[in-house]
Formats: sequence, structure tokens, C-alpha cells
Amino acid sequence: MEYAISANGLTKKFGAFTAVNAITFNVKKGEIFGFLGANGAGKTTAMRMLNGLSRPTAGEAQVAGYDVYRETERIKQHIGYMSQKFSLYEDLTPKENIHFYGGIYGGSLSFLKQKSKELITELGMEAYANTLVKNIPLGWKQKLSFSIAIMHQPAIVFLDEPTGGVDPITRRQFWEMIYKVANEGMTVFVTTHYMDEAEYCDRVSIMVDGRIEALDSPGNLKKQFKAETMNDVFLKLTRP
Amino acid sequence: MRTILFILRKEFLQIFRHRVMLPLIFIMPIIQLLILAHAADYEVRNINLYLINRDGSQAAHRLIGKFEASPHFNIVGNAFNSDEAYRAIQNGQADLFIEIPVDFQRNLLRDGYAQLQSSVDAINGVKAGLASAYTNAIITDFNEEFRKEWISAVNVSDSPKAHLATNGQPPQSTNTHTLLSQPSPNEADKRSWEITASPYHHITISPSPITIRSANWFNPELNYQTFMVPGILVLLVTLVGTFLSGMNIVKEKEIGTIEQINVTPIRKYQFIIGKLLPFWIIALIELAFGLLVGKLVFDIPFVGSLWLIFGFSALYLLVVLGIGLLVSTVTETQQQAMFISWFFLIIFILMSGLFTPIESMPAWAQAITRFNPVAYFVEVMRMVLLKGSGILDIRIHLIVMSAYAIAVNSLAVLNYRKTT
Repeated sequence: MEYAISANGLTKKFGAFTAVNAITFNVKKGEIFGFLGANGAGKTTAMRMLNGLSRPTAGEAQVAGYDVYRETERIKQHIGYMSQKFSLYEDLTPKENIHFYGGIYGGSLSFLKQKSKELITELGMEAYANTLVKNIPLGWKQKLSFSIAIMHQPAIVFLDEPTGGVDPITRRQFWEMIYKVANEGMTVFVTTHYMDEAEYCDRVSIMVDGRIEALDSPGNLKKQFKAETMNDVFLKLTRP
Repeated sequence: MRTILFILRKEFLQIFRHRVMLPLIFIMPIIQLLILAHAADYEVRNINLYLINRDGSQAAHRLIGKFEASPHFNIVGNAFNSDEAYRAIQNGQADLFIEIPVDFQRNLLRDGYAQLQSSVDAINGVKAGLASAYTNAIITDFNEEFRKEWISAVNVSDSPKAHLATNGQPPQSTNTHTLLSQPSPNEADKRSWEITASPYHHITISPSPITIRSANWFNPELNYQTFMVPGILVLLVTLVGTFLSGMNIVKEKEIGTIEQINVTPIRKYQFIIGKLLPFWIIALIELAFGLLVGKLVFDIPFVGSLWLIFGFSALYLLVVLGIGLLVSTVTETQQQAMFISWFFLIIFILMSGLFTPIESMPAWAQAITRFNPVAYFVEVMRMVLLKGSGILDIRIHLIVMSAYAIAVNSLAVLNYRKTT
């Protein structure tokens, strides 16, 4: 079958430092792929190479069938990205943000009008519809950010620590949203530090110092490392 | 095109949302215009003059009377010898002293010429030059009157055919001035004073066959504001334009929103145009506003076509904003962008010909000004507003600006990288 993402020996060096060291993996279409690793293991760098923000030093990769060297702009038409930093405009309202990003992806005015209403209702954000984003609580912002990242119905969505600093209830809601889009066939590529979230993924890869040290479903990984939880798996791998 | 409209909408929303920014953009430059137009004035008044009058004749008094009547000079004291006058200059009481020698009038009548000495404190070169020039003018005037009244009365028809000469050369030129640099031991702060000891003014009395009357074209009253206001306007529009555009993209880099933009299929030129246009519109409105203030408050003449001014400004602003965007693409923080912008702006402004004429710069500096967009705009503003130059007169300026605009903005687009 054709993969949503396939990487082969993908490498990124910054001078003498190798941030991502020849990683090889495939992500199936419609899969929720967890991308785990300690801080500084190279997760964000790998993700930035895949979504066309950073040029790989070596190796090859296809995203949505397009090459990460030559077809970055093509890739960008088929992916959504929610970066680690909160990346909506803080001095605009949720509606205005929806309008702007939707417009850039080519949504028509009537579509945008309808879509922004829909999204706001779906998220239960009516009270915040006309509040500047900077005055909205973090959990709401992250849910809005996710909704905007998938508004143009991309084939793949990249989420870089989407639930960092978010309360458990909102995290739960967030994962419900992820499941919903995955069920609709969208591929989800997500990094996280929460091991309970790793359990929700179809497959998980664990990065240590720029390399992928383990890659399988959470169940198989636990068997392989003879661990009770994903937390133990992670500790066994990352502890020196 | 649609994408650009969405960017424009967003940019304007953001600009208008910051309630502090708009008044800053519009009111601050106008305040600067009102202040600078009064302050940036080269005319020197209140030059402090010390006199050493060794003659006491009627001619000497008459000459002194002329200095007293001049708005440029204040006679602040009399000295008995040059040492005393020299000290007055050293401790800052006087800007220059004039010495009228013994037998000034007698020599003038008997020999047809007499000598005067003026010494000017040249620490402030501009002021010293003007003080010398004003002194010269007064002596010329005195000479003219003296010749008419006294000589015609005495009727010396066979006096030598000559003209007034203050040593034959303009007083600013260095070969007639001896520049003395002398530390002053008496002074606690040990400031060193430069005194130009201007050589003797020879006053020659003779019927003068040539008189010079000057008519000043395009600014008949030599009004400094007429000259300065259009130039200051250029500076203000340039400052606002460069900073607004220079800070803009870099700000998105700092906040992190640029990542989100870079991961969209937006085209680079769309992004740059979307960033350029809002500030282009704002700067043009600002210019219109400034011209209105210039007209209402300073009554600057609009001899040429306003359309031409705005046409050229439109082109010029593309250059200035393009430079700002280019700076924005090469820097990572607003602080870096600020420093780089200032570096260029200071050079552009001081070498624009607004404060010092380009013609008097050394050849290498003149070569640099050919790359200075501000210099072109200052010149065009003055040519069109004051002289009424037409589109053909400024065609070179238009061509250079077009080339500049294309080059700078292409560079900005090329330099903006969505993938690093």
C-alpha cells in the first residue's frame, strides 16, 4: 500500500551536530502515529523536515506522495501543521484567524463565513468568538489551533506537542478531536511527552539522540520491553 | 490575488487594532515637522561682537553704527587691545572681534584705502562662515555709502579705478584665513579654541563701475522653511516607512507565526506584496497629510504638479518599504532590524543633500549619494514643488527609482525563505 509518509535515512545536521540521524519509518494512511522522545531528541527537527520547513541534509522522504526536497510547496497544500509555539495571531479574534488561514488555503468567502460559525459552535467557543486570542485560555487556544490546522481537509496533520501545558479534561477532549479526524481518514502525526497519550496511538516511535530506537504498536512495545506501561518502555529506552 | 487580499485584510486589522500605533504613525511625524521646520534654520542671528575702536573718527562710528543696526550682530563689549578681545572669544563671550586701526578715516580719505581686522571663533564652522559673510556684507555696504558721500563731496575724480575688495577672496576660503589652534592655559577645562584670524579687509574707495544685485529664483525671499519643509517631509515619510516595514516580518518571526505562514502554500511574492501594500498606503496618506500641513502652516509653494509628486512618491515608497522588508528577511529579531535600519537611515539622511549640499561633498561621497534614494526624493520634491519641474525634468530620477524598486523588492522576495 501507499504510505502517507515514508522516510528513508532522513538526516539533519547543524554544523557538526547531528540533530536527526538517518531515521527510517513509514506512516500508513489514516494512522495515528505517535512520535516520542525526550526534549532535544530531534522530534521537532524531523517534523520540520517532513512538512517542508527545513531542508534535510541527507536521506529521502515522501509526504503525501511528494518529495521533501523538490516538492515542498506541493506538500504544503496537503498537510496541516500545528507548531509547538502557539501560532495563531494573538491580536486577532478566533473568527479573524479562521478567516485568514482559511482564505490563504483558498476557501471562498461564503465557505469561510459558514465554517467559522460552525467551528466556533463545535468548539463551544461562542463566548470567545470576538475576544482577542491572547485573552483566551490555553486549552481553548490549542483546540482552535487544531481546528484551523485541519480546516482545509489536509491528508496529513502534524501536531507538535499539541497538549503541552493543557489540563487533563481538555487533553481528553483534544484526543477525541484527533480520533474523529483519524476516523474520517486523515493521517495524524503527533509528538507528545505524555505517555498516557502514547497509548492512544496506533503506532509509536521513540527517538533517542536523533535515532529511532523503537517503533511498533504500544502493545507490542510493552511486550518487547517487558514493561507494564508505555512510561516504563520510555524510561528503559531513554535512561542511560 | 485573493491570497493577497486576505493578507491585506489581516494586516490592516492588526494595524488598526493597536490603538497606540495609528496616532504614533500620524501625529508624531507632524509634530516633528512643526518643530524641525522652525529649528533647522541656517540663518545665524545674535552673533556676539567685540569691538576695538582705535580710531574714534566719524567713519569708524558710522561703521560701528552699521553693525549695531544689523539683526545679525550684538555688540557685547569694547576692548582696548586685541589681547582683551581675544580673551573674550576664549571664554565664550564673543564670537568675533573687529579692530578698527588708528587713522582709519584718515587713510581712507588720503590713500583711498584702509584696513580692518576681524577675527572669528571658528569652532562652529558654519556659524563662522556666516559671521564672516555678514561682516563682509556690512563692510561692502559701508564702503559703498562712504564712497558716494565723501568722495563725491571731495570729488576725487582721478582716484584709481578699482572696486571694493575684502582681500579679494571670499572670507570662507581657507587661504585667506589663518587658522590658529591654541590651547588656553588659563581655562580650567582646557578647551582649545580655534580662531580664524581673518586678514585685513582692505577698504578701497573709488567709483565702482559694477554693482551686484542678486535675484533669488524659485525662493525669492530665501525662506528657509520653503527650502526645508519638503525635505523634512521626505525624511519623516522615509522613517515611518522603513521602520514599519522593517519591523513587520521580523515581528512574525519573533512571535512564531511565520512558521504557520511558511507551512501554507502561500507564494513568496504574495506574502511580500501583502506586507508591502498596507504600509505603502499608510505612507502615501501620511505624505498627503504632511503636504497639507506644509501648505497651511508654512505656506510652502506648490508650483509643480501634485500628481507628479505623488507618482514619484509611490515609486519611492516601493524602494523604501522594499529596503525595510529586505532588512526584515535577513534579521531574526526586531532589535537587529532596528540597528540595521538605523545604520542605513543615518547615512541616507545625512547624505541626502537636505542638510548639506551634495555638490560640496568629496567625489567618493557624491558617488555614494547616487545610491541614496532619499537624495533623489529630496531633489524631486524641491524641483517639483518649488521650481515646477515636469515629468521630463525628473525622468532620470524616475528611471533610477524604478530600477531600485525592482531590484530591492526582487531581493526581498528571493531572500525570504519558506524552507531553511
